[in-house]
Amino acid sequence: MKNRSILRCTLLAIAAPLAILAAPVHAQDVLKIGVNGVMSGEAASWGLVNKYCAETTADVYNAKGGVDIGGKKYKIEIVALDDKNDPKLSVSNAEKLTSEGIKYIIGPNIDTTALAVKPVVERAKAMNFPYAFAKELYSPPANASVLGMVASYQVGPIMYDYLKTKKGVKSIAFLARNESDSKNQQQEGVEAAKKLGLTITADKDTYEPGTKDFMPVLTKIIKTKPDAIVLSGVAPADAPLLNKAARDLGFKGSLSTETAQDSKILAQVAGAKANGFLSVGGASTPEIQSDAMKAYIEAYKKRVGEWNDEAGTKVYALELIIAVLQKNPAAINDVEVFKKEMETFSMVNPFVKDGKTKLEFTGKADFGRRSQVGVPLVVNEFQDKDFKTLFVGTIKN
Amino acid sequence: MLQVLINGALLGAVYALIALGLTMVFSIMRVVNFAHGQMYMLGGFVVYYLYGQYGLPFYLALPAAGIVLGLIGVAFNRFFFQPVLATSTREENSMLMAVGTALLLENLALTLFGEKQRGVPEVVEGIFIWGDVAEGGVVLTYSNMLVMGVAVLAIVALLGFVQYTRPGRALRAVAQDKEAACLQGVDVKTTTTLGFAIGAALAGIAGGLLVTIYGVNAGVGSNISTKAFIMVMIGGAGVTKGAILGGLLLGFAEAIGYDIFPGSVTYLIIFVAMIIFLLFKPNGMFGKPWG
Repeated sequence: MKNRSILRCTLLAIAAPLAILAAPVHAQDVLKIGVNGVMSGEAASWGLVNKYCAETTADVYNAKGGVDIGGKKYKIEIVALDDKNDPKLSVSNAEKLTSEGIKYIIGPNIDTTALAVKPVVERAKAMNFPYAFAKELYSPPANASVLGMVASYQVGPIMYDYLKTKKGVKSIAFLARNESDSKNQQQEGVEAAKKLGLTITADKDTYEPGTKDFMPVLTKIIKTKPDAIVLSGVAPADAPLLNKAARDLGFKGSLSTETAQDSKILAQVAGAKANGFLSVGGASTPEIQSDAMKAYIEAYKKRVGEWNDEAGTKVYALELIIAVLQKNPAAINDVEVFKKEMETFSMVNPFVKDGKTKLEFTGKADFGRRSQVGVPLVVNEFQDKDFKTLFVGTIKN
Repeated sequence: MLQVLINGALLGAVYALIALGLTMVFSIMRVVNFAHGQMYMLGGFVVYYLYGQYGLPFYLALPAAGIVLGLIGVAFNRFFFQPVLATSTREENSMLMAVGTALLLENLALTLFGEKQRGVPEVVEGIFIWGDVAEGGVVLTYSNMLVMGVAVLAIVALLGFVQYTRPGRALRAVAQDKEAACLQGVDVKTTTTLGFAIGAALAGIAGGLLVTIYGVNAGVGSNISTKAFIMVMIGGAGVTKGAILGGLLLGFAEAIGYDIFPGSVTYLIIFVAMIIFLLFKPNGMFGKPWG
């Protein structure tokens, strides 16, 4: 009996300090958000910008002590995985993220990887926000993916109409990166341009990813004498080289793309030869950015070192996820609640300065349901080292 | 058609310079340096910072890229490849080491230099114009002429070095027969280090030269390595003239292919042609050891 008392006292003496150490010091709840996309190789900027944007949003909220959801403060934690634009890796990343209980994943970046992870996300009762344009990701019966930006087939017709009416363009040549996404965008662009009555001088020309000398491929395009060249699905690394090569070859017409670009890259690599180049913008163009956007840019610079204009289209996804979770905290563990909220959710766009622009889920006209982040449709023109906003629109809903 | 041929000549000269470094390392060490493209990328970044950001004259920044990459080549050879080659009995080990160093350099570059494409101001501005390209005319930028000229100069300098200098003869001797070279008093370890350093320096010079017209980003290496590998396979691994011919052939094939076929078909045809060619000439055109 005495021995037992001694043993009990000894165990208590050992356990007491351990228990004090192990006691929760108000362990903060964590909201984990996944990022799955290409973060290495030539297209690294696409996925890395997604990652940096999510991390910056997390920094902004965490600096204020976390995000308030249902009366609880959550620290936001970003779990980012590189899929190298490889569908197999993208699937294993999605499986890893969902197995950790993550319900909301930003990415992937291209059709092949986004389509590959679709069943994984659906099976795990999670949601993802790809930056790929394949309509089958967003149209019923698909219901787990939300397009994170403006699609090429939404902005293309508006751009071609602008070129036709304002710049007097009568003929267009299309040039795509030799990848499924870019080629789809090329086909859709060709159809849209035809509907506007424009003559198509080249509709199947492509270049290999990794091409650096665009003189050969553009020589052929320029021989078809188009008024404008549309670069379908062009990567930010390729756009300045294509502009430069076209101008060096004496092309005097318009150049445009339906993807987001970075003004610093254009200025450094192509300089004045990129003047007049049209591309898609986000919330970052100086003409429309709010104080919150300016603060976001500073936070992004603090984390990454420099701003990337491409990020202007990618600031929205996590902001919108958080806003929906704040509106209905039950969505934190149940994506079905989130999906119901998407139908009616609306907030003031915090990144646009007028305070009247709405940020909501859109895309009903293209996908039959609200499965797209309502990023403002901004078209920029590169001019003397910077982007100038040509016009701002909204996606038809 | 003249514009297409000029495009081909420029591409060919550039490709030959890239392929030379890869074939040099293979001839001396029998190692396929998969990090060759990443070394090209680092050369581009050296010139980007020295010339583009810190304002050093280009004629100093370009040799600096060669020297920096040469030193990296020495370090890689001394600390990575020589220990592996000395102890391993399987050739795959050195290949795995090469792949590992490629991944190491790429991820390091991504962390240090960021994800963006970088560019530098043109070294020489201006353009020769002979008519409208759409009507069969020809244009040639001063930048492209400079690149072509420096690439040819670097190739000639390398050939002269290998042919007429004592270390160059030692390189050829080691490439032909290591044991015989050793018996003749050649310091094989130093010579292989020199060979690796020259190969890396050539990659650095190519990257530093081409950043002036193509820019550079952290992920550019893999594609460069793949193309360099194609050129070396066509010409014959480890043979200087094979690398030059392989580079020229790929340059002209690309330029002419893009003019005749849709882009996606061009590389398909190039790969199919390469497979058929290798079926009949598995060692490439000049599949002999260095020299």
